[in-house]
Order: sequence, then C-alpha cells, then structure tokens
Amino acid sequence: MEYDTIAAISTPMGEGAIAIVRLSGQEAVPIADRLFKGKKPLAEVDSHTIHYGKLIDPKTNQPVEEVMVSVMRAPRTFTREDVVEINCHGGLVSVNRVLQLLLQNGARLAEPGEFTKRAFLNGRIDLSQAEAVIDLIRAKTDRAMNVALNQMQGRLSKLVGHLRQTLLETIAHVEVNIDYPEYDAEEMTHGLLNEKLQFVAEEIKKILLTAEQGKILREGLSTAIIGRPNVGKSSLMNALVHENKAIVTDVAGTTRDIIEEYVNVRGVPLRLVDTAGIRETEDIVEKIGVEKSRQVLKEADLILLVLNFHESLSPEDENLFKAVKGMDVIVIVNKTDLDQKIDMDRVKNLAGDYPLITTSLLKEEGIDRLEQAISELFFKGGIESQDMTYVSNSRHIALLNQALNHVEEALHGIEMNLPIDMVQIDITRAWEVLGEVVGDTVSESLIDQLFSQFCLGK
Amino acid sequence: MGYNAGNFDVIVVGAGHAGVEAALASARMGAKTLCLTINLDAVAYMPCNPSVGGPAKGIVVRELDALGGEMARNIDKTHIQMRMLNTGKGPAVRALRAQADKVLYQSEMKKTLETTENLTLRQGLVERLIVEDGVCKGVITKTGAQYYATSVVLTTGTYLRGKIIIGELAYESGPNNMQPSIELSYHLQELGFNMVRFKTGTPPRVNSHTIDYSVTEIQPGDDVPRAFSYETVEFITDQLPCWLTYTSPKTHELINSNLHRSPMYSGMIEGTGPRYCPSIEDKIVRFNDKPRHQIFLEPEGRNTEEVYVQGLSTSLPEDVQRKILETIPGLEKAELMRAGYAIEYDAIVPTQLWPSLETKLVEGLFTAGQLNGTSGYEEAAGQGIIAGINACRKVQGKDPIVLDRSQAYIGVLIDDLVTKGTNEPYRLLTSRAEYRLLLRHDNADLRLTEIGHEIGLIPNERYERFLKKREEIAREIERLEHESIKPTAEVQAILEEAGSSPLKEPMTAANLLKRPEITYDVIAKMTPNPSVSDVVAEQVEIQIKYAGYIDKQLAQVERMRKMESKKLPEDLDYFAINGLATEAKQKLHEVRPLSVGQASRVSGVNPADISILLIYLEQGKLAKIER
Repeated sequence: MEYDTIAAISTPMGEGAIAIVRLSGQEAVPIADRLFKGKKPLAEVDSHTIHYGKLIDPKTNQPVEEVMVSVMRAPRTFTREDVVEINCHGGLVSVNRVLQLLLQNGARLAEPGEFTKRAFLNGRIDLSQAEAVIDLIRAKTDRAMNVALNQMQGRLSKLVGHLRQTLLETIAHVEVNIDYPEYDAEEMTHGLLNEKLQFVAEEIKKILLTAEQGKILREGLSTAIIGRPNVGKSSLMNALVHENKAIVTDVAGTTRDIIEEYVNVRGVPLRLVDTAGIRETEDIVEKIGVEKSRQVLKEADLILLVLNFHESLSPEDENLFKAVKGMDVIVIVNKTDLDQKIDMDRVKNLAGDYPLITTSLLKEEGIDRLEQAISELFFKGGIESQDMTYVSNSRHIALLNQALNHVEEALHGIEMNLPIDMVQIDITRAWEVLGEVVGDTVSESLIDQLFSQFCLGK
Repeated sequence: MGYNAGNFDVIVVGAGHAGVEAALASARMGAKTLCLTINLDAVAYMPCNPSVGGPAKGIVVRELDALGGEMARNIDKTHIQMRMLNTGKGPAVRALRAQADKVLYQSEMKKTLETTENLTLRQGLVERLIVEDGVCKGVITKTGAQYYATSVVLTTGTYLRGKIIIGELAYESGPNNMQPSIELSYHLQELGFNMVRFKTGTPPRVNSHTIDYSVTEIQPGDDVPRAFSYETVEFITDQLPCWLTYTSPKTHELINSNLHRSPMYSGMIEGTGPRYCPSIEDKIVRFNDKPRHQIFLEPEGRNTEEVYVQGLSTSLPEDVQRKILETIPGLEKAELMRAGYAIEYDAIVPTQLWPSLETKLVEGLFTAGQLNGTSGYEEAAGQGIIAGINACRKVQGKDPIVLDRSQAYIGVLIDDLVTKGTNEPYRLLTSRAEYRLLLRHDNADLRLTEIGHEIGLIPNERYERFLKKREEIAREIERLEHESIKPTAEVQAILEEAGSSPLKEPMTAANLLKRPEITYDVIAKMTPNPSVSDVVAEQVEIQIKYAGYIDKQLAQVERMRKMESKKLPEDLDYFAINGLATEAKQKLHEVRPLSVGQASRVSGVNPADISILLIYLEQGKLAKIER
C-alpha cells in the first residue's frame, strides 16, 4: 500500500443528523489516535469495533467533539485499506471542524470518488459495482439509496442477464446454421429473428424508461416555483424546506464550491434549482415576459404554479398556464386565509388535469395535500420503487441506448433482407454491449451455448 | 550407442498435416530442413473423416494457400467431391468443403515433400530433445541418431502416449494402430512442460458393396468446378456423391442398453473429449429427446470400397458397433471393415507458447497441431505453416510472423490457444472470429498474399498476378462509384427483371449495387465492362454491397489494434502490481501477454484489471516493476 491517508465527510449533511467523517489509508488509525481520547487507544482495539470518546484538539488540548469511532482494519474494508469512521453531530460546523482536525494531523482531503477509486484499484469491487457505489455515495434520499443498493445486488444485472440469454440463444441458433450447415436444426429465418429482436428491443426500452426515474432519484427532481409577485412563493419554499429538513450538501462530495438545496418530500427528492434564481424571478412575468420565462422553465422537471386566492386572475396568470403547457405541474392556490377574490371555476378550467391544491401557508394549511400530490405525481399511481430497477447511472443508460441501437440496426437489416450472418453482427454487438453493463463479455459462453443447445458431432 | 546423424537448420518432428506444412514452409524459405516421421506411410494421413474444409476450416485452407502452404493445392488434386457451403447466407460464412481420396491425398503430399529442395524426409521415432541451457539444439531418435538444428518443430498429433480404447479393450497406440510415441511425452514433462490428456474418436468404416443406398438420400457435389487454391486451373469434374441416412429408435434402444460397456461411462477414459465431437452414445445420452441423428456415408476414395460412417463416432465394443449398424436404414447388412475407437493422447498446455508458437520454456522449440490442443486437419496445418515459418525465421535471425485476429482465422486460432488455452480439443468455428466479415473465404488472398510474398513463400510470378487482380478490383470499384446510371427505359426494364424498384433519378452504379436484390451481373447489363473477370466481379460486389458492415468491423479492428500496440514487457512481475485481482495476477503471470490487447483476452482477467494495467502503463510504473 503506497497510498497516503485520505479523509472526507462521507454522509450528506443536515441539521441534527449524524455525520460520518471517513479516513482511509495506512495512517488512518494513528491519525485518529492522535485526536481521540477514549477508554483505550484505537491502536489497541479490535478490528470492526466501535468506541465512544472525545476528540481533543492537540493544539489547545480542548475537547472538540463527542464522537463514536469505528476502526476497521485492512483488508476487510470498503477500500481494502485501514479505515476509521468518525461519527459526529451532523451540523455543518461541527463536522467541518472534525474534518479540519484530521487534515491538520496528517490526512489529505480526498478527491471526489477517491474512496471508490481506491476500492477499485485495490481489487475490492468491479467496475459496475464501483459505479453503483459512486451513485450510492451520491444518493440523496433513502429511496435513491435503495435503488443504488438494488443495483449493487444485481437487479439490473438480472434483468440484463435475461435479455442477454435470449440474444445468446438466438446467436447460437444462427451460428449452428452457419458452422453446421448440414445439421438438421431448424433454419433461423428472418421472421423468427425479427420476433426475438422486437421482444429484446421492447425490453430494453422498458428498462430505459425507468432510467429517467433513476436519474431523478439520484439527482433530485428539479423543481421551479413560479407565480406573480406576492403570491407566496418564498413562503412555499420555506414551508417545504422547514417541513422536510433542507439538506445542504455539496455536489462534488468534498469541495464546497456550489451549494444546492434538496428537500425530501415523501421519498421524492426535490432539487430546488438555483434557489437564488427562483427568488429573482419574483417578477418573472412582468420583467422578462412569457417567452423568456419559458426558457427558464424548460430546465425544470416539476413546476409548482402558485396563484393568489385573494386576487382575481390576471392575464399574467393565464400566460403562466400557457408557458407550462405539457409539463408536470401542480397548481397551488394560496392565501385561503384571506377573502376569496379568485374565480375558482376558471382556475379549475385552466388547471385541467393538473393537481389543484389550496393552501394557507401562513396558517400552515394544505402542505400535506401538496406533498401528497408531489408524491403521487412522481410515482404515477403506485409504481412501487421496490419492485423496479432504476437505471441510475449514466454509463449504463448510454450502454443500454447503444444496445438498443444495435438491435434496431439488426431489425433494419432484416427489413433490408440482408443475409442473416450480417444481421448477426449487430445482434452480437448488442449482446456484448449489454455484457458491458454487467461486466461480462466472455465470448466463450457462446460456444458453451452452441454445444449445449444443439447436438453436433462426427 | 548414439551417433551424430547430421546438422540441419530446422527439424520437423512429425509429418501429419501440421508437420508437412511446417517442413515445406521452412524448406521453401531456404532452410535446410529435416522432416522425421514414425512411419513414412503415414505422411499427411487422415485418420478420421475423409474431408477437408467446411465453415471456418475451409477459410483456413484458403489462407494457407495465400501464405504459400500446400493443403489447398493438394486437396484440389485429390478430391472426389467439392461443395460450397452456406451459399444461401452472406459472403463471410461461405466455405468450401472437399471429400478427399485419402490414399491419393497422402501420396501426392508425400511426393511433394520428396521433391522439395532443401527438404529431407526420413523415418524415425524421436524420443528426446537435445536441450542445453534452455535452448533446443536438436533431437535424438530411438535408433540413436542425433540430429542438430537451430529450430525444432514438434507436431506429434495423437501419437504422444496415444491409447486406443474400444469398449473394454485399451492399448497403447497411435492413430489407426500406428506405433505411438511414448518416451517423448515423459521427456517433455521432464523439461517442465505442463501436459494435458485429451481424447478424440472416430466412427467405424463399412464396405460400400454392402450398403443399401436406395433407402438413403444422395448428397452430390456442386455442378460448378471449385478449387481451394487461387492458383488451381485444372478442375476435377468426375465426382462421387455422399449419402445421408439416420439412426432409428432401435439404434437408441441398443445404445442405451449397452451404455455400461462404454468406456466413457465406465470411467475408463480419463481424457477430455471435445463437446463438438461427441460420440453417438454421448449424443443419445445428452440429447435424449432428439428422435434421430444424421448419419452421412462418405467414400474414403476412388480406389477403395471403404466408407466413413459420419455421425457414428463411438468407443463402444466392436460387437455392439456391429449391432448398431444393423439398426440403421441402409446399413442393416453393412460389413464392418474397421471398428470405431476413442483415442487418448498427451497435449501440451498451449499457454506455454508465445504467439510465434515457440515455447516459453525452451528456446528454439516450436510446437503445432494436435500437440497444442487443437483438433482438425486444417487447424493443424494452419499452425504448422506458422511454426515452420517462424522456425525458419529464427534461423535467419528475423522477427517471428504473428497474424492478428483481424488478418486470418489462423491468427484467431493461435491467439486463442496461446492466450486462453483450451480445456478440450479446440475446433475453429466462425463464431470464434469477431471480425468474421473481414475473414472471408473469397478474400484470403487479398489478406495474406502480401505476407506470403514478403516471407518468401509466394513466388514473384504469382505475386504479380495477385497485384494485377487487386488493382483490377480497385479500378472497377472506382469506376462504379463514378458511373451514373440514368433512369432510361432500358435500365428500368433491367431493374424490373431483377425484381427491383425503378429509378426515380440518376444514381451511381455503386449505390445501385447496394440494393439487396441487385448483383454485379445486373449492373454489368447496364454498364458492361468485359475486362472484369468473375473473381474480380465477386470482390467488387461484396466490397460495395457490404461496405457499411465492413467499415464497422474495420473501425473495431482499429480499436483492437490500439490495445495491441500497448506493449507489455515479457518479464513483467504481475504479482508486484497493486490492485490486480489475485486470479488476474496468476493468469497474467502464466500467459505473459505481449500487449494489453492480448492481456484483455486472457480468461479471468476482467476489465477492471485491464484498467489497472492501463493506469500503470500510463503512469510509466511498469518500468519500475520489471524483474
């Protein structure tokens, strides 16, 4: 092990939560020991045990933090190096203080993904696992966490595995016709091939459909709150943040350049995109007009359109409806604590199929219903995430798309009446590309298939 | 009792299909060559099926021809039937297969060896190698003759510690009761080679006179004259047919009730047999839902009544074999002439070879053919020529010739062997070639003649002819790419006749040729070019029609070559590379790949390991951990 010892905050941070600062490398235990004061020195404790104690700043000799410290020695660790995890209070200030202490005492700040890279370089995990781990690390919500875990446990592998087997059997069939032209196997026809490939294409499309959701789970549903000035947009955001505990985290993992805000609404991660931007759009309708606002809205996955119960509908309101046409929208009529001046029938008419919620943010009424609507909209009437395989990794999505392309090219070849062994080139590529998803491209399995499926010999 | 029997540049041990190609290549390239065989009557002997070629294998024969080998020419002179297979499929998988006159094939080949300059053909059983300081210096025969040479090529076939098994009977023997080679195997083990025990088998032969052909289906040769060699101008027109019959329910019953007498099931056979070549008893056990199996009846030659019963390979006892024949339509009264048998033999683990086919353990020692774990005459010949070429180049102080996977099936074969090894006798299949569309039967000359000429196996005169053909192809493609076909009444009529849709606007002839239903002949009607020969027309059509697919494969080849160009040191210490999986370390240590590309094909090495190798390579760290 020639690597130095690295440290980073390994959990997303939130007020009041527990945060973990992780150390990995040869010096992990000695560095932690320099700061830790517990029953006995960490150098003497058993591997894979956890210990209560305090962190002492060696400079001031003052206790910094109350902590639980786990010691895990190589090689049975995530990185196959010595690993120390310091569990501390999740507040931004305290967790940063712990990290700073470690950095002052011999650790180096990890680069984004460096723990995974070490695990990978130490032969701990394979590429597809590594990618799932990267997603795991980035997972912003519990549900996203599940998806990442499922992927590791091979749900995607299983699904892709089935498709590969179908392709493999098809390929073996074509191969036996080629390599044993006189063998009395049924000849693989264009019709038969077409049928198999249509099936595979449909299945890949289905997996890819879940990719959208997987991406959302990982990155959060980019959400824009829009409405005329003074309808309560800021209050709505504050309510969502307050109710659901805003998660302040850093995208890159350890560096603190960009701060984004996430809220977890009943398992649906909302990314309140460019918070400052949303606030600036207070007067979006007046200032930049509908055309420009459309541009801003294009980036959003979900629109929360806020109207004022206490004012009558204005042409700007109606323009907003036009601007968000065809998008996922929830219409919120706020300020029900005041007199009704809005024409609700007209609102219902404008809202059409969009969920329509009335709230009084001031009195904290209706937020439940809003959350319910968000959750329903996302899970589209009961898609249970536990039963689904979300493809949440852009490399996998790219590979699946590539595989789909190959299958479609094969289908095109069939349509063009090209010789079956040419068509097969694309089928084989599709099979190989799907193999890259699960990290298996051993062509020997084709030979195995050939001889187990057909009875050949001299 | 030993005596100095003479000095040579290259000694080839064995004169089977690998041995003869090795000896001829070496001698023709100018090396003073000795070819030793246990029995001079066994030169180029076909102990199993009387045929050459077929899918993948037939392409190897053409590759041999393009490199200056002999197999193609020899079968062209001695076949009794020739067929083009897979004519209904794409050009990449078309392949020739010939039924051979076995005896004629042997005598023609023997004559060629006997009359080749620089080549001495001699009977002799090699028992030991002369190895000094890890370098092979020669061989010693049973009679005490000590021959010295710079390079030695071993092609021992199934002779090495061969053992024939028929039912309960087993005895030491080479193929077809030839004398086996026992001592050499132990000597190779002494030298440190890892050996494996493989098994193969052959079906019974019956007397043609006693076959009732009336209940079988005829399998004639093609009407059009065909040849393997690009140089053959005289074609055999008088062909003999083969015949097809099937096993019956009685056959299956009989075999099932005699399984206990099969050495495969009684545990008498220890060798690993090939899955693609199961015995009839294997087929019936493993595929018991298949109601009948095909049996092809193939004549073994013009001057013999012996017929090879393809599909009935077996190691059941002789009496059971005779009863089996009685259950097969057409063979009810067939007289058994030779019983089928299983044969076990020693082979070396081929990952002990460099891609040049020189052994890693003993410098100057090359191996080829079944000794390297393959099966099939063509596979043997393909390795034989490469071993012969490289044995000779070693003498000449030149770098070895290594064909890559995009150049030839021979390249695929050798790369598979030395990189992946094999745990059963290895047979070439078209699916083993990832660039199948490039490795066609029709373009073997375009792929390899240049190399054949460069190494001195293709004479100038033939090379000139080849260059002319290549130029004609290029010129005609160029012409069709610029020739505009206009929607005249005549053109539309030709298109309609060809079952194609009419032209709406002018189109280049090349683009029109890309329509699936349009052949070069149709184009030639619109824009004739009488100077174009049939072979040139064929190339033009394939190259234009499938350009899209060909280009795709070429792009893949480009990527493969990039990985091949990242060289790994021969003596890299993989155990010192952090992060490689233990299995990968062991496998890479064993195979010692010469490039990252080759490393990526080693089984047990996953993409993560390759990434790590690449990281090390990128960082220049490999230099530090070379031994």
